[in-house]
Amino acid sequence: MSDLIQIAQQNILAPVGLGESDLDRMLGELTGQGVDAADLYFQSSRLESWVLEDGIIKEGAHNIEQGAGIRVISGEKTGFAYSDELQLPTLQEAARAARAITRSGGSQRVQIAGTPIAKQLYAPLNPLPSLNEAEKVELLQALDREARKQDPRVKQVIVSLVAAQDIILVAAIDGTLSADVRPLVRMNVHVIAEHNGRREQGSSGGGARESLGYFIQESRGLEYAREAVRQALVNLDAVDAPAGTMPVVLGPGWPGVLLHEAVGHGLEGDFNRKGTSAFSGRIGEQVASSCCTVVDDGTLPGRRGSLNIDDEGTPSQNTVLIENGILKGYMQDKHNARLMNTASTGNGRRESYAHLPMPRMTNTYMLAGEHNPEEIIASVERGLYAVNFGGGQVDITSGKFVFSASEAYLIENGKVTRPVKGATLIGNGPEAMSRISMVGDDLKLDKGVGVCGKEGQSVPVGVGQPTLKLDELTVGGTEQ
Amino acid sequence: MSDMKSRQLDLQQSVEELLQEATRQGASAAEAAVSSDAGLSVTVRLGETETIEHTRDNGLGVTVYFGHRKGSASTSDLSPQAIKETVEAACNFARYTSEDDCAGLADSSLMATELPDLDLYHPWDQSVEEAIELAIRCETAARETDARIFNSEGATLNSHNGLQVYGNTHGFIGGYPSSRHSLSCAVLGKQGESMQRDYWYTLARKGGQLESAESVGEMAAKRTVARLNGRRIKTQQAPVLFQADVAVGLLRSFVGAIRGSSLYRKASFLLDQLEKPVFPAFINIHEDPLLPGGLASSAYDSEGVATSRKDFIRDGVLSSYVLDSYAARKLGMQTTGNGGGVRNLRISSGDQDREGLLKSMQRGLLVTELMGQGVNMVTGDYSRGVTGFWIENGEIQFPVEEITIAGNMKEMFLGLQEVGSDIETRSSVQTGSWLIDNMMIAGE
Repeated sequence: MSDLIQIAQQNILAPVGLGESDLDRMLGELTGQGVDAADLYFQSSRLESWVLEDGIIKEGAHNIEQGAGIRVISGEKTGFAYSDELQLPTLQEAARAARAITRSGGSQRVQIAGTPIAKQLYAPLNPLPSLNEAEKVELLQALDREARKQDPRVKQVIVSLVAAQDIILVAAIDGTLSADVRPLVRMNVHVIAEHNGRREQGSSGGGARESLGYFIQESRGLEYAREAVRQALVNLDAVDAPAGTMPVVLGPGWPGVLLHEAVGHGLEGDFNRKGTSAFSGRIGEQVASSCCTVVDDGTLPGRRGSLNIDDEGTPSQNTVLIENGILKGYMQDKHNARLMNTASTGNGRRESYAHLPMPRMTNTYMLAGEHNPEEIIASVERGLYAVNFGGGQVDITSGKFVFSASEAYLIENGKVTRPVKGATLIGNGPEAMSRISMVGDDLKLDKGVGVCGKEGQSVPVGVGQPTLKLDELTVGGTEQ
Repeated sequence: MSDMKSRQLDLQQSVEELLQEATRQGASAAEAAVSSDAGLSVTVRLGETETIEHTRDNGLGVTVYFGHRKGSASTSDLSPQAIKETVEAACNFARYTSEDDCAGLADSSLMATELPDLDLYHPWDQSVEEAIELAIRCETAARETDARIFNSEGATLNSHNGLQVYGNTHGFIGGYPSSRHSLSCAVLGKQGESMQRDYWYTLARKGGQLESAESVGEMAAKRTVARLNGRRIKTQQAPVLFQADVAVGLLRSFVGAIRGSSLYRKASFLLDQLEKPVFPAFINIHEDPLLPGGLASSAYDSEGVATSRKDFIRDGVLSSYVLDSYAARKLGMQTTGNGGGVRNLRISSGDQDREGLLKSMQRGLLVTELMGQGVNMVTGDYSRGVTGFWIENGEIQFPVEEITIAGNMKEMFLGLQEVGSDIETRSSVQTGSWLIDNMMIAGE
């Protein structure tokens, strides 16, 4: 929507005296023989964070960052420079550095035009002042009180709150002029419980592209506190996890990190253009069991991984990655799409103006199946039921992936019995996906805490899935 | 150099302005840090230039104290207007944070008074074309090492120069320029159905101290083809040898567990272990922050406190925590000059290299890569994905993958049998390979 462009221009360009005609002119200087694409990315972001620890408000911090990144692409070559100073001469110097990727000089006229966004997935608000300071302090304290009153075994509570606003504007020699105002809030509660000399931790949190009121509505914040305590107490009773290969049932929601690692990264366009992924050249092939349909959907209103437009100005989309087990498509940015003769899927993302965009996930999840979750658990004689996870990692070439359970239980004779300690699960992406034998009817998305790292760049993402059963996965416990 | 000197004076002036502005706005104490980095990063892939990145980053951070209340703010904008606004933001926070007896600057008597030149700044004068050529030589060597290398993620040369200045209202101000250069390469190998990728890199303060481009490429290729046709092994208990570059992670976990913030939060598996044995008696671990040319050398810590050589483990016994002034006050102790972490940490090593350690182990698992974050710092529980090799009769038999190892770090540390002489020098935390007596392997 053009009002987003206006907001971005007022916030980033106007204070340094830059106008649309300056962008036209700068882009013009980036054109020339051999230049296939070039863009300017302006960003202004502010972030505020608070930490409560030992019952007191310990830290409060504020960060302001702004700058511009300039990229010029010729064939498979990319020239890139950025600056945190937005004065025209500095930008022109950066442009010359980026432009040096091609030797031929040249200058063509470029006229950019604002493209309207079909549907705004979140309001262009600034979450930082959406509660006043006293209200933020009260919110943090309320979560601390809630956690401590759950159980006397709770010994330490750390509550954090982050509010950020990111305003971006992107202009490209293909005529693109787009902007977005992205709010993002997040709260986390970390708890340590102690009993008979044993200490265990639990943590929970959530977030969205919303104002801070999100944590007060539906008592979401208080629920994070209760959930963190519940996990810590469960872990106080946990016995050693089993070691070896066995059936694994994953709970709904956040365990969807499985999909992010086992298939998501391997389906990013850059790896597939270069032929470095275990999924390269496999479009149309069976890469998962037929009960699996996996999508990457950046269009879910308000979600942490959602974007009105990606960082190249392409509207985000709902992209089917795997349909009934068949590989349907990759996630693309403009650069890789152009080299693979296809279109961007709106997955071109970057951590900031100081980083190059590349294909990244948004919200990646599996669609619901038809089984009742209890029925899935009842089908397992001996196995693991894992409901909460820390992070994961994947080697996209060999397809090997891991993810670390932080709350898990044994399944014995079709029943969930004892809690077990956290353990790493390891598998091979395509193999693990082919061993999914039951998919639940209880699709859930995570609560909005996901951060994805790739080549040193972090971006917020979402994951989700229904309860599902893998007939075989290796569980890295200590009990044989 | 003179250019860098004048830039350093500029940054020192920014820090002084920040501190004055903080005092003017009513802060009883303040500290500020400013940094400025510039660099070049080029990547080549399949013999062609892929990206040329010119980087330039500025950062400024200030923390103000109003008595025992604290507020912080940071920005990438070093203009006078931004300095004023940043201090205002920090002061605003200090109105809402709580009174915290432990908050404040480190004691003024502990400030570093001698700031020797630690030989950290060696800019590498090379053109973009020269950088590209070096990267191409590296990647070409990798691709020509073995016929099974069929694809590449490329080779990257990074060269960065930076300046950092820290000051506080005790009157301490320090700053120094530094440089860091690296060359890395990642290639893919294929044999039958098996496809693998691996990498290698070299890192140094001086460009001339990097390993040769060809040797980095060759090493990347050799590591990649060695992994081809990896198998799984049966679930079992066995001794484990962590190759030096992955053993660094274990040493980092040890440091994390004796860090003040983990201790006062009771979020460490090494709680209350001071003066107790944590490692076998033949192990010593010490840091040398004043090492000339070291990757983490600095004469003062992130609070201006003078750093010094010290032992953390003496004959297996934990002799010091890793403390900054805040954690020290929380624990009723004195800062160890470790604000910002440890600097040039090293574990004592034996006289056997990796091959010698494999002979000592005879039969077991050699770990060359770890995956995932399965390290619980509260309990010490450890469970990670592994790539490596199976060892029989002291020799590599075949590559293994898609298995996990698990144990508890307390027991792993005490079960350390030997540390290799094959020291990993690309890290500020340095160790040789670790032979651990027994861990649980989960596989088939």
